[in-house]
Amino acid sequence: MAIISRGFSGRRSAPDAKLPPGQYLTTDFPVLSAGPTPHVPLDQWEFAIDDGTDVLQRWDWKSFRELPNETITADLHCVTRWSKLGTTWEGVSLDTLLANVKTDAEYALVHSYGDYSTNLPLQDLMNKQGWIAVRFDDEDLAPEHGGPARLLVPHLYLWKSAKWVRRITLMHEDTPGFWEGLGYNNYGDPWREQRYSGDE
Amino acid sequence: MWRVGTVVALHDETATARTITLELSDWPGHVAGQHVDVRLTAPDGYSAVRSYSIASAPSSERLVEITVERLANGEVSPYLTQELAVDDRLELRGPIGGWFVWRKEQTEPVQLVAGGSGIVPLMSMIRYRVSAGSTAPFRLLYSVREPGAVYYRDELQAISDQDRSVSLTYAYTRAAPEDWPRPPGRIDAALIANTTWPSKLAPTCYVCGPTPFVEIAAGFLSACGISPDKIKTERFGPTGDRK
Repeated sequence: MAIISRGFSGRRSAPDAKLPPGQYLTTDFPVLSAGPTPHVPLDQWEFAIDDGTDVLQRWDWKSFRELPNETITADLHCVTRWSKLGTTWEGVSLDTLLANVKTDAEYALVHSYGDYSTNLPLQDLMNKQGWIAVRFDDEDLAPEHGGPARLLVPHLYLWKSAKWVRRITLMHEDTPGFWEGLGYNNYGDPWREQRYSGDE
Repeated sequence: MWRVGTVVALHDETATARTITLELSDWPGHVAGQHVDVRLTAPDGYSAVRSYSIASAPSSERLVEITVERLANGEVSPYLTQELAVDDRLELRGPIGGWFVWRKEQTEPVQLVAGGSGIVPLMSMIRYRVSAGSTAPFRLLYSVREPGAVYYRDELQAISDQDRSVSLTYAYTRAAPEDWPRPPGRIDAALIANTTWPSKLAPTCYVCGPTPFVEIAAGFLSACGISPDKIKTERFGPTGDRK
């Protein structure tokens, strides 16, 4: 039973079915990162998929940009409670990147330049749910928003969309990533409001 | 899950910022640098939640202090800084966060860099350093718009006067006190290089403030040779570069 805040009426946005519980709309694009923004030169950039032992696929910037590109329109939901609707990205689908990978792994641990990591079920990267995005709003992705390339999994809270992505490790066991090991939810479904550990 | 706190004291830090002291019977304790979610609920059930850093040091008392900056177009901060009264009750969730924290077992030099209201979680660390009897050397670089916008000024001065291993540097962006050595302006590479711990001492850095400030400050620290994994950041607000 919530406690009523005497004299509080709130400033409500129009009821919007697209807004998960506990979120508010913003038109800004706030930034949440745990450390300094890494600046990765394109000639040193690479993205790889491995199984923890062997590299299964690897791309440099040139070969990555030759892959089929998709335009993605997505609603973003940050665990710090802002949501931004109808954002436009360009990137490569994980379905494309995983097409030639044979695996029976069930989990993925995503690693970034700058040592960030996040975990999610491999299923959540597949079937048009996950992309490696390189452009936002018709511009190359800015470093503070994860450029040159970030993961985009918009159906989960935005910390799962790892900025500065460099590697995805396919795992047989689930291993907590950075925030998942620091009190945030292991899965992070905004529609079930899975913000912190223990939220079900 | 949601805990109920009773407001036991209110104190204006500046013309736009207020410190709220809450008493919670079931507070589990916190670590310096953590934050809480605060929930307001209207009579018809509509609610709004925002996160605020904890300003008080961890202690055995069931008290938590937050300092809230009033945002002109805010939904929650105007209520907390203007409407809320002593004896009102507030709902809190937390403490939250396990990365941007300082623990008393840390003995290495600590570099704190605050932009505006980003001082709040850093103040929790400074206060805890004092109450825990730590001898870790602390430096604070506090960038603020003008002298009147400084939070906790007297307390910071008293702590620094009492213990020379806590040093303060203020940097003013719009208006500085008379005779201030540095003209008002944004922090720059020279200021960071001259007033923060050299990288050879392997300090742990905590940088908190608006996003553009943190981007710049963390970048300069990194350029001074401090390893990125020793630079912990907490950002708030938009990037300021586009809508």
